[in-house]
Amino acid sequence: MKRETLIWTVLFVAGGLFLVYRGLTADHGFGKSYVKQVRINPESQTDLRIKYVNSRPGVAGAEVSLPRTVGLWLSAFFTLAIFSFLYRDNMFYKIAESVFVGVTAAYVMAQAFWEGIVDRLLAGLTPQLMRGWALPDLKATQEPNYVYLIPLVLGIMLLWRLAPRGGWIARWPLAFIVGTFAGVKLISFLQADFVSQIRSTIVPLVVVTAAGSIDIWASLRNVGLIFGVFSCLTYFFFSVPHRGVVGRISRAGVWFLMITFGASFAFTVMGRIALFAARLEFLFDDWLWLIDPKGKRLW
Amino acid sequence: MLNLLKNLDRRWIFLAMLLAVSGPILAQRPFPEKPTKLVQDVFDYVENLDEGSNVLLALDYAPSSDGELAPMATALIRHCCLKRHKMFFMTLWPDGLPLLGRNIENILQTEFASLNLKEGVDYVNFGYNPAREVVIIVMGTNLRKMYPRDVNGTDLDEIPLTANISSLQDMKLIINISAGYPGMKEWVQYAASPHNIKLAVGSTAVQAPQAYPYYPNQMLGLLAAIKGGAEYEAALAAKYPQYDDPKFKEGIRRMAPQFWAHLLIIGLIVLGNGIYFAERLQRGRR
Repeated sequence: MKRETLIWTVLFVAGGLFLVYRGLTADHGFGKSYVKQVRINPESQTDLRIKYVNSRPGVAGAEVSLPRTVGLWLSAFFTLAIFSFLYRDNMFYKIAESVFVGVTAAYVMAQAFWEGIVDRLLAGLTPQLMRGWALPDLKATQEPNYVYLIPLVLGIMLLWRLAPRGGWIARWPLAFIVGTFAGVKLISFLQADFVSQIRSTIVPLVVVTAAGSIDIWASLRNVGLIFGVFSCLTYFFFSVPHRGVVGRISRAGVWFLMITFGASFAFTVMGRIALFAARLEFLFDDWLWLIDPKGKRLW
Repeated sequence: MLNLLKNLDRRWIFLAMLLAVSGPILAQRPFPEKPTKLVQDVFDYVENLDEGSNVLLALDYAPSSDGELAPMATALIRHCCLKRHKMFFMTLWPDGLPLLGRNIENILQTEFASLNLKEGVDYVNFGYNPAREVVIIVMGTNLRKMYPRDVNGTDLDEIPLTANISSLQDMKLIINISAGYPGMKEWVQYAASPHNIKLAVGSTAVQAPQAYPYYPNQMLGLLAAIKGGAEYEAALAAKYPQYDDPKFKEGIRRMAPQFWAHLLIIGLIVLGNGIYFAERLQRGRR
């Protein structure tokens, strides 16, 4: 038997045995999802519709939900399948990756169709038709708004790129998108990221408190802020050679930049560990019922 | 020994990381947290707003960031419920829509069931709009152009809570939980800066360094990553003792794995540098 096959076999057998052991020894088993029925509109006499919400096991009306339990086990399987890549690329990882990409793409496309095309474009152009088909709550008095013909035409022109001939037609809506966004972004960046950021660096170097004394820490912070901005800008100022005083200031700028990149990297590590911890918490809590920090299963 | 460490299979490091993170989760011993000024500023603002103020909650994140951002989103929504603020939910992320529903169901309808919060009276779910930052730009002056109906398809004019709301400028506070684009930056650029609307941001760790320059002039405060969420939970527990309970401290709980994982990483960095210098020393001797 190859070494890798042996490792996989041991992992699967050990994992399977643990699940069997857990199932046999745990008081209430594990890996089950409970729901209960609630009225959507409890105060209405006529609206008797119900929906299922997550429930703690043991409360009145709680029952095991087969679809949600299957979903729970699928979540656990896909989580472990993704983690298996840390050992090496394998079939389970590829399945999980493909399912994730496929489901996400389909979900986003369906959302965009209903929220963008149906709910806005078609509802704007043909409100009566949409009320009869997909949007019953649309106002009966709503009139067609023919301004929506412009995005419709531009959208069709954009898709023209897929046609065998006349691909140049797609350049017009593309030019419209690029031009519009350039304009919008330019204004917002100038206001929020340029002018406002310059204003944020105009601070007193010596901070005097209301009592008339000097706030040393606030003053040092402001001096650090000004020097940091100034030295970083000097590093990116290439019109004079970086020698002498300019060289030393630009060198300080490099240190500030390095500290910034270090902080960014540390933040990234923190984020990834948080996500990893969340997945492990899901496995230990929701799936294996080894822990119950939220008190979800108080029997 | 040096040779062994030099050629150490990276999978041993992954295993060490698994142990460093899973151990504290199973042990369930959280560390104490103290809110920093950036978090306390947000808490104080939400706390000192008049009861029943309009608060827009833009939850711009997807399930891929849920582990990092859900604790802060939960704590902020919980705080808004305690203060009986009027909540307006929306998202610019297509896969953020189910998360809006989950928060409403778990917090507003279940945890605060005793308050009997009513949809359309105490809160509204605008849902998802695919127009990205254009949504924020237009909502700045005309909310109905972007959201003529709520997530259930009800016209905003027929909802008591939104009947008198015309734009973002009717909001006392915008809370944006952001995982990327569109998110924090766009809310600063198109809502907070041009309209002077108070904005509180909760962001992923990756995005947090980009957010700091906006504080305090363009941003009320910042909940940076899971640490920000944990600090907000600590502030909430300090003010409302009923939340000084482990089951309401999801963020604080996740800080113990952070501690051990960071300790491991620091140890590995020190070890890696030690190996490098030992190797140089060895080469020098030869």
